[in-house]
Amino acid sequence: MRAQRIGHNHLVTDAPAILVRDLHKAYGAVEAVRGLDFEVARGEVFGLLGPNGAGKTTTVEILEGYRERTGGIVSVLGMDPGQRPAALRRRVGIVLQSCGMYRHLTVREALEHWAALYPRPRDVQDTIALAGLEEKAGERTRRLSGGQMRRLDFALALVGDPELIFLDEPTTGFDPAARRAAWQTVRRLQGLGKTVLLTTHYLDEAQALCDRVAIVKHGRALAVGAPAALGVGTASRYRVAWRGDDGEAQERETDDPTGLLHQLTSAALARGERLEDLAVTRPSLEDVYIELTAEGTDDVPAAGAGGGTDVR
Amino acid sequence: MSDALALTWRQYRLERRMFWRNPSAAFFNFLLPLLFLALFGAIFAGSQADLDVIVPGIAGMSVMSTTFVALAMNVTFLREQGVLKRLRGTPLPSGAYLGALALHAVTNTALQIALVVAAGRLFFGIGWPPLPLELLVFTVAGVVCFAALGVALAHAIPNFDSAPAYVNAIFLPVVVVSGVFYDAESAPAFLADIAQALPLTHLIDGLSAAMVTGAPLGDHLSDLAVIALWAAAGIALAVRGWRWEADRD
Repeated sequence: MRAQRIGHNHLVTDAPAILVRDLHKAYGAVEAVRGLDFEVARGEVFGLLGPNGAGKTTTVEILEGYRERTGGIVSVLGMDPGQRPAALRRRVGIVLQSCGMYRHLTVREALEHWAALYPRPRDVQDTIALAGLEEKAGERTRRLSGGQMRRLDFALALVGDPELIFLDEPTTGFDPAARRAAWQTVRRLQGLGKTVLLTTHYLDEAQALCDRVAIVKHGRALAVGAPAALGVGTASRYRVAWRGDDGEAQERETDDPTGLLHQLTSAALARGERLEDLAVTRPSLEDVYIELTAEGTDDVPAAGAGGGTDVR
Repeated sequence: MSDALALTWRQYRLERRMFWRNPSAAFFNFLLPLLFLALFGAIFAGSQADLDVIVPGIAGMSVMSTTFVALAMNVTFLREQGVLKRLRGTPLPSGAYLGALALHAVTNTALQIALVVAAGRLFFGIGWPPLPLELLVFTVAGVVCFAALGVALAHAIPNFDSAPAYVNAIFLPVVVVSGVFYDAESAPAFLADIAQALPLTHLIDGLSAAMVTGAPLGDHLSDLAVIALWAAAGIALAVRGWRWEADRD
């Protein structure tokens, strides 16, 4: 019996925090999510990256238990969020895209009330500090600025000390300083071993925070992988740039940089010329994103996967 | 279960605290019926028969304003602001939340009825209610009925800007037709017929028996039946139409 129990626990810990298989969601005739697949490991910061209308929020709200899926398999901490189990809500923190709060409570009162809803809450004062709201703790929430309100959203989601935190566009509308502060908070969560699923349409945010991202468009994952690896796996091209003998900047993209460089350099040597400003670069996540999400390129690129990258 | 009860109590305490934090809403809730009571009390001063009508009438109106009006406005507001959606994402059980809202409405109604009874005793020559138990029965029935109808109405209100229009379009005619300010039996026949179909008329009849005439509950079972019918319809609509978030479009 004992061995079985240990084995069982082990299984639970190793299972992904979030598992999404062939997820579908239709609003009437409109298909918002059309066969989405991804997994989020425990302790991972995972990003759903995509343009507006890609189905990111719909997906997150299905995982949070706000919406019912039309098809597919979804598991969050081993439970089906569609059943809205209370046990799941005790272990999850949610930052919605935009959401009001009781206007006549102070920040501290709001957090104290929220903390009481959870079995093992985090210390309220610590949470206030974590969200950077020390100076506003005694203020009524209706007097908070937009950025301070967003920090309260974070604090309310964290005060229950959840294992898994959903952040739907956590920094949209922030000024650069506020974004940095929010990123710091997410990194601290990562440091605490929390699992984070965030949505964003900011590439730098995905690149700065996420262990892995799924690039989503029209309700499908076009590519899933580490931000650095995505450039290799999907648009598996290298960009080779140099200045030609006429002084014009030249640029070629290739799957085989070694071959191209050999051609270029041997031709230049044969002519006795130098190749000025020669550079070989890999496409950034931004290039991949723009290429994958550009209108008309709905189809999955046919490149092979590599280095933890998973192309669908 | 004890956990759910504890959370209900916490949420109820929070609702009370927030209610008093917003004095204008709190005063409007309590003062409007009392203002009407003072005005009509002054107009009817010296005519005990009229005062005997107006005091239970205002008591009935108070039940409706502290439940129907308050909940329709409040639920619409919280839904539009996204507070309901935020609560939905926490472990707070739905039943605990709705229970706290109901308790909050009951508290306001109890306070208001106490004020009206005290005013009737002190200023309008009406004694203490001869049948306090009957008063309790009709108040509870009225609270359940109008609280459910208020929540049901909130489902039909598209956004908070239009909430006062929807609420008053129902509240004010119902208050007038149901005989808050006059004896419903002296109204023209067609109005009296409409009034007989409305729950407030029967609530006022019951309150009048409990507070003034002392007619036993057994004489007013039909009133209780009409209120119960409306309550059943209200509860069905309130539960079926309940939404935690505003429509996106």
